[in-house]
Amino acid sequence: MSILVIAEHDNSSLKQATLSVVAAAKAIGGDIDVLVAGENCGAVAEAAAKAEGVAKVLVADNAAYGHFLGENLGELVAEVGKGYSHILTSAGTTGKDFMPRVAALLDVAQVSDIIRVESADTFVRPIYAGNAIATVKTSDSIKVITVRPTGFDPVAAEGGSASVEQLDVVKDAGLSSFVGEEKAKSDRPDLASAGIVISGGRGMQNGDNFKMLEQVADLLGAGMGASRAAVDAGFVPNDMQVGQTGKIVAPQLYIAVGISGAIQHLAGMSDSKVIVAINKDEEAPIFQVADYGLVADLFEAVPQLEEELKKVL
Amino acid sequence: MKVLVAVKRVIDYNVKVRVKPDNTGVDLANVKMAMNPFCEIAVEEAVRLKEKGIANEIVVVSIGPKACQEQIRTALALGADRGIHIEADEDVQSLDAAKLLKAVVEKEEPKLVILGKQSIDTDNNQTGQMLAALTGMGQGTFASEVVVDGDKVNVTREVDGGLMTLSLNLPAVVTTDLRLNEPRYASLPNIMKAKKKPLDVTSPADLGVEIAARLTTLKVEAPAARSAGIKVADVAELVDKLKNEAKVI
Repeated sequence: MSILVIAEHDNSSLKQATLSVVAAAKAIGGDIDVLVAGENCGAVAEAAAKAEGVAKVLVADNAAYGHFLGENLGELVAEVGKGYSHILTSAGTTGKDFMPRVAALLDVAQVSDIIRVESADTFVRPIYAGNAIATVKTSDSIKVITVRPTGFDPVAAEGGSASVEQLDVVKDAGLSSFVGEEKAKSDRPDLASAGIVISGGRGMQNGDNFKMLEQVADLLGAGMGASRAAVDAGFVPNDMQVGQTGKIVAPQLYIAVGISGAIQHLAGMSDSKVIVAINKDEEAPIFQVADYGLVADLFEAVPQLEEELKKVL
Repeated sequence: MKVLVAVKRVIDYNVKVRVKPDNTGVDLANVKMAMNPFCEIAVEEAVRLKEKGIANEIVVVSIGPKACQEQIRTALALGADRGIHIEADEDVQSLDAAKLLKAVVEKEEPKLVILGKQSIDTDNNQTGQMLAALTGMGQGTFASEVVVDGDKVNVTREVDGGLMTLSLNLPAVVTTDLRLNEPRYASLPNIMKAKKKPLDVTSPADLGVEIAARLTTLKVEAPAARSAGIKVADVAELVDKLKNEAKVI
């Protein structure tokens, strides 16, 4: 078997999610190549070559891939991937965008968002917002798969020495073009890979009140998240949303503040190692999954938390 | 221009999902079904395009058993003009759904196809992108804003780092994210009127598509239950527990 992993990156650094996808590839077993498609992405290729277990890094460096347009990546990956038994990428918004195009172009099914590998053709994935876990077998000769990074411990980022090969395949479908982007600027750790995440919900009442959480997050070195209710209310931007349709996180510590715990939110965080809930409603469903629950007014509890943490950290 | 909207009948999002005791699937007997929430957003966006005078006809299509005509009628009550029901009793997976929709696109020739980004039952997030690939169209996935401008459409997408805007040639495929719009409720007169709107029934065979499931579900299990922990009395106790018991800070 031979497995092609499509790297997730931003043209300058390799996303940690890719290391989890390589781990999923190792669980399948076989030679693992990594495709880095982007623009001026040499540093990413170098990083991928050092990852544990990677045999070869293929680099498609062209303006056509600079913004990861699904149409162009879809054609590229379908062509490069057709000689492999498996094509894997992470289930981030980039992978979710281009990978189904790859599957359609190859006339195969896609298995989305796997959290476990049972065998080379059988995978485990959550359905119904994680309220059910399905074991799915695919009969296609090429298995096209997106991987939920929190399901697999990342391989080591250092220690490998894969060869790097430049590809000169240029696929520009000419169907779409990049207009612009608004990227949230933050010095905090990336939500998806942070060891600690603190999230606010509707109970925060407005966006300004999230500053309280930011102060706690800075003390803990935590990533910041939010419930759908807080995002829909316009308190914080969409990229902070944790849940079925937002980001899936599984940190060592998840602190939910003013979040009631709708199933769609629980779907995004219930694999966290330790869950803390702070909510004034003791009936809130979040307490049913929390390891430590504090029934309190968050506007009193969060400043206290900051003070107590300062004492012990 | 003509807009095609695909809608799916799924378990209502408020229903507590229960896995069948024999682990063959999720119990759907006597469970409330509804239009997939992302599909409602897709219908709403099409209706708004019509209200702005950009769209002149909205065709809504659904694939599934006869019961999914309910969801087509709902879309008609919300403002779609006519419906197409592709009747299929078997399990139609994303790739086959995309092939069926491709056949409809070839017949109807819409300028814009709007779908939900994922259905809340299978959580696959595939059909729109597969349809776009099969029809050679560009795609604006996870849309939070759609602006039609002549023969192009600008789509703002919700992506991991924030927002990204693309310009797509028409015809194009758009898949909706949560914040694209807030769907309206159908009024009673519109529900009555929807009963008289045209609804054609067709089949995969009529459309020349052979349904061939590639994925077999071997079993479906309930997730490992997470048990409730303890309530702490105050913040000091919480911090103590996190530091000395859980050892996570």
